[in-house]
Amino acid sequence: MAASNYNVDLSLAMRMDPVAPGDWLLVAPLVITVLGGALCLMTRKNTDAQPKVAIIFLSLLVAACAGLLARVLDKGVITMVAGNWLPPFGIAFTVDALGATLALTSSVVALAAAVYGIGDVDSSGRRYGFYPFLMLLMTGVCGAFLTGDIFNLYVWFEVLLISSFGLLVLGNERAQLDGAVKYALLNIIATTLFLIATGLLYGILGTLNMADIAIKAREAGLQGPLMTVAVLYFLAFAMKAAAFPVNFWLPASYHTPRIVIAAVFAGLLTKVGVYALLRIFALLLPDARVALADVIALVAIATMLTGVLGALAQTDIRRLLGYLVISGIGSMLAGLAIGTTPALAGTIFYAVHSILVMTALYMAAGVMRGLGGSYSLRELGGLYRASPAFAAVFLMLGFAVSGLPPFSGFWPKVLLVDAALVGGHGWIAASILVTGLLTTIAMGRVWIYAFWRGGAEGTADGQLTSVLVPAPGMTSASIWLPIGLLLGLVILLGVQPEFMMQVSGRGASTLTEPLGYLRSVFGGAVQ
Amino acid sequence: MRTIIFRTIAPYLAALMVLFSIFVLLRGHNEPGGGFIGGLIAASAFAIYGIACGVAAVRRAISLHPMSISAAGLFVAGLSGLPSLFMAQPFMTSQWWYLNLFGVEVPLSTPLFFDIGVYLVVVGSITSIALALEERESD
Amino acid sequence: MEGVFSIVIGIFFAVAVYLLMSRQLVRVLLGIAILGNAVNLLIFTSGRLLREVPPIIPEALQVPDETIANPLPQALILTAIVISFSFFAFLLVLAFRAYQELGTDDTSEMRVAEPTGETSPPQGY
Repeated sequence: MAASNYNVDLSLAMRMDPVAPGDWLLVAPLVITVLGGALCLMTRKNTDAQPKVAIIFLSLLVAACAGLLARVLDKGVITMVAGNWLPPFGIAFTVDALGATLALTSSVVALAAAVYGIGDVDSSGRRYGFYPFLMLLMTGVCGAFLTGDIFNLYVWFEVLLISSFGLLVLGNERAQLDGAVKYALLNIIATTLFLIATGLLYGILGTLNMADIAIKAREAGLQGPLMTVAVLYFLAFAMKAAAFPVNFWLPASYHTPRIVIAAVFAGLLTKVGVYALLRIFALLLPDARVALADVIALVAIATMLTGVLGALAQTDIRRLLGYLVISGIGSMLAGLAIGTTPALAGTIFYAVHSILVMTALYMAAGVMRGLGGSYSLRELGGLYRASPAFAAVFLMLGFAVSGLPPFSGFWPKVLLVDAALVGGHGWIAASILVTGLLTTIAMGRVWIYAFWRGGAEGTADGQLTSVLVPAPGMTSASIWLPIGLLLGLVILLGVQPEFMMQVSGRGASTLTEPLGYLRSVFGGAVQ
Repeated sequence: MRTIIFRTIAPYLAALMVLFSIFVLLRGHNEPGGGFIGGLIAASAFAIYGIACGVAAVRRAISLHPMSISAAGLFVAGLSGLPSLFMAQPFMTSQWWYLNLFGVEVPLSTPLFFDIGVYLVVVGSITSIALALEERESD
Repeated sequence: MEGVFSIVIGIFFAVAVYLLMSRQLVRVLLGIAILGNAVNLLIFTSGRLLREVPPIIPEALQVPDETIANPLPQALILTAIVISFSFFAFLLVLAFRAYQELGTDDTSEMRVAEPTGETSPPQGY
């Protein structure tokens, strides 16, 4: 019965060398969010304490992710295998600069959302579980960024999906149910496709560990079945990331929940899909990426252009922003289509920028609603007079999302356009630039209608309608602090891009030259 | 559904099922069983009790909200991965302690606590779904 | 054996995809349930089929003394079953609530979030 009765030589099956306490930073995000989420769920009835618990744990999460990124930059890729079973048998957590950067950015966004939620989510929303779901969503997001096992990645996708369902229907309004039906059905089909591909991959290669797959897939070359698996993965994650032909769930659902939830979704969910595409196609199946490069490029261009054209046709600001999320996904896919190290670095930088700026824009849309009483471009107006400072904030965010300097959107576009021209993909470079121009027009139009114009539609030029009465709570710090934090980061990344350039370069070179990644999992034996 | 036979037998049946679920939970480390299946058995015990005696009686009997039980389970399961931190081993490495209680060696381990966490999560979430559905039926 | 299973899986996928293309929400849900089962069978077959003993190592041994069935696909399928079960439960409730609130189970008539005949944004400056 007891294990002590046997003399088992565990060194055959397990790593026996001690683990440095610093390596625990790798699982710290998961532990923190699980424990924090459980605490929030237990104190669900105590609606005053919930935001405090959530903010404390999310601050810890930000600190842990920052520590993790620092450690990865210092020591290279870190691996921890649960229970110490030798890879590929144990479930491995492996983090490189890519995963750590995205985890850090996501946790900052989640912290901002938790603060914004103090004002935006009322006590019934809190009892319904806004904070527990937010914490568990972060468990899924961080788990997906940190795991080194492809089936484990599927599990984290499901964790974040089920928490996102909970958040999406929070409040139970008619439009929410409508949006949730479409969101839920399409996302479940996407994760099922992911599972199908994983099952087939296991049947072909006999392993689920990402590093092991990377080695075996390179040995096996690009045979027929592996190509099928690659196409299935591409379809599944393109659905997750809302790439062009399979993106219709996003504009159908993202404008229905509370604005802070829409902000979190716009920042995080699609980027997890992009991350998975990067991981699978750049690290695991590079031959398939080369074979599919033209398809990815077409999808990327179509996503960029249809996204921004969709944005130009919207009246509701939230739906307009939803289309801009899609358009950004196209730019990230462009980096994957080009596939060189600078291009992938551009994709990573763009993902970081997009997480920050889209969340900030949705939060700003919530403020516009609070000041102007509507989300419709036809009804908004006169916001500049209501709050000149906010008009400046929104203009800066608009410049950032359009990719104008000196904001964070400029540098990833420089990287991507440069990589496209170097690689001879003139069409991709042209599409990125045209998309930037059209985005500037879309955001400029929002600014002119909502801020510059004197009042709602029909107000004569130069006329002013009556002074707007802001909704209560529009001056509270819980609204302005998160927007200020995200805007500050957007400006910082625009003015001082060297650090992020370096980090995304590290992340991209781990994808294209994975020796460090493989050695971290299997030790020095890997050639 | 609420015949006198069923109403008389249900409390005993539910008590036996909960006892059996704990047995299944504890034998789970080395033999078939474990937290998940044990939790399902316990949740079906509460569901049977609810069908026989009404949802309010179940809520009184378990006194905590099912989702709180679920959350406590999640918390225990999360904590059970942590002791290996102090042994310089990775997350979730199992730690064993052998207690001597009245001459009987009782093995305690972190997998056991993880399993208890899983048990509570399953009991809590399935019971909360079952009770919600039963409540709607009786409207 | 694998050949028979492949054909069965193919039939499952065909039925699931056919149902998923329906506009009736209930049929779509049935399609998702069948799709989940098809995937489980697929994983099971990917792990190679063996008519052997269950993967339990006898006491006092460190390795099994005969060929055992592959335990990994079973663990994967168990995880996938639990997840697809909980999703299916959620979807059922969601579809029921949507039917109650929106009064239809036809997805092309669910236009609350995206109303038809939406006004375009203002055109002039």
